[in-house]
Amino acid sequence: MKKVLSFVLAAVLVLGVMTGCSNSNQNQDDDAADTQQVTGTVATDGSTSMEKVIGSLGEAFMNDNSGITFTYNPTGSGSGIKAVQEGRCDIGLSSRDLKDEEKESGLEATVLAYDGIAIVVNPENTVTDLDVETIAKIYTGEITNWSEVGGADAEIVLIGREAGSGTRDGFESITGTTDACKYRQELTSTGDVITTVAQNPAAIGYASLASVKDTVKALSVDGVVPSEDTVKDGSYVVQRPFVLVTKEGTELTEAAQLFFDYITSDAAKEVITGAGVVPAN
Amino acid sequence: MKKNSNLHNKIAYFTSKVIEPLVHGIFLVLGLVAIACVLLITVYLVVSGIPAIREIGLIDFLFGKEWASTAAEPKFGILPFILTSVYGTAGAIVLGVPVGFLTAVYLAKFASKKVKEIMNMAVSMLAGIPSVVYGLVGMMVLVPGIRKLFNIPDGASLFAAIIVLAIMILPSIIKMSVTALEAVPKEYEDASLALGATPEETYFRVSVPAAKSGIAAAVVLGVGRAIGEAMAVMMVSGNVPNMPELFQSVRFLTTAVASEMSYSSGLQQQALFSIALVLFLFIMLLNAVLNYFLKGEKGDS
Repeated sequence: MKKVLSFVLAAVLVLGVMTGCSNSNQNQDDDAADTQQVTGTVATDGSTSMEKVIGSLGEAFMNDNSGITFTYNPTGSGSGIKAVQEGRCDIGLSSRDLKDEEKESGLEATVLAYDGIAIVVNPENTVTDLDVETIAKIYTGEITNWSEVGGADAEIVLIGREAGSGTRDGFESITGTTDACKYRQELTSTGDVITTVAQNPAAIGYASLASVKDTVKALSVDGVVPSEDTVKDGSYVVQRPFVLVTKEGTELTEAAQLFFDYITSDAAKEVITGAGVVPAN
Repeated sequence: MKKNSNLHNKIAYFTSKVIEPLVHGIFLVLGLVAIACVLLITVYLVVSGIPAIREIGLIDFLFGKEWASTAAEPKFGILPFILTSVYGTAGAIVLGVPVGFLTAVYLAKFASKKVKEIMNMAVSMLAGIPSVVYGLVGMMVLVPGIRKLFNIPDGASLFAAIIVLAIMILPSIIKMSVTALEAVPKEYEDASLALGATPEETYFRVSVPAAKSGIAAAVVLGVGRAIGEAMAVMMVSGNVPNMPELFQSVRFLTTAVASEMSYSSGLQQQALFSIALVLFLFIMLLNAVLNYFLKGEKGDS
């Protein structure tokens, strides 16, 4: 008797879970239907580095289109690209170019802006300028002491980002040090990198130009000080694209299309510049 | 009269045949929720963790010394993570258990009521501090401190993680040991004191041996907490997949999953699930050991 009862209850439980699923599916369908009306949502998902720029764009966009809700999910470039592939968001955000395999899977990339990657050191450090080659040598462990590049006699502490990070990918591909960096620390956010470099006089790290604070010193590269102007005219070489990812052949919802058109238009340039990155067009 | 008792009978019948099974059923369903969660997580981890191990090969995966998940020729060896987790946990136990154990003896046997109250409150608060706060304090105070104290280029290291973990496992060790020591029958201690032993001799030679299975369980619980901690160690250990060395930047099993998950894709992501599976098996094993000790304690009394 007890066995029968427990079996029945287990069955009820499982059924309950299943109906729960189908209910939530229905809700999602309702949401999808909503976006097709003028009032809808635009869901973006991806790069944490793009938070500032996409956030200000979303805000400006919602001011003009009060019926549309803009959401941004800061999951990282890889997750954002996957979210587009799986149809979980309207526009994916990636702070690196799409890989070939990603392009082959039917994704389309539109460059929104360019972001300079600043090479940061502790303010106590006397070194102010390095060329890309020297930076590469430092990160691959060929140069291990600051005195070799004109600084104090101290072992260089290499701070980087975790594998898969857009900033790391950007930095390593630009300096040609892909998979060869001998990091002392691999941190999981831009903020951690800046905090760590600010604390250690012998540290060197890299971070988005827009998020560099006064607690660290941004080095000039090949004599070019990183700034919006030098990133825009291409003279500052450590930079990477901010990419909007969409699915090829799949039409965006009305709201999403409206948003996409807005952020790639001239009107959005000011907002993008205001966020510390350089508009692409 | 007859009608009344008839009604009583009906109510009694209704209670025993309908209400009781219903209540019984509700409790059963609530109990099943926990079991269902465990089963779901286990099945999910096994299903998503096996493919990568198959592709990489069990030996290469568990005993490979190199982890380069996003390289052009990716390498997925998690031996550095396993060893780091084992060393880190062992270090935390070596530092944390003596402190925790002696604190527990003091609290259970020597401390006055007022001191005990205050210390108990402090221990409870220590247990309640979120791990990210431990990590933050470790990152801002401990890491620079270690760098200056030992005069090394960078303080983020296995050593920093061990210290943070040792502090984090203190509350569970102290609380369980106190409970075990307080459960020792007073007659044992009275007998020892009556035979002329000093209180110190009594507590260390009689009470502690009598509570040993409980104290062992406390240590195992501490191990479980240390091996499963991710956030705090991620902030102080540097996160580079090196083979473990005391003053070298290292990566734990937990932080290996946590630090790469957000950007991962393909085989890399599957391999992270496999790491989670290995961690899960470690913790299952620890739970089995814990159960063994707890059962031993029951058998003693």
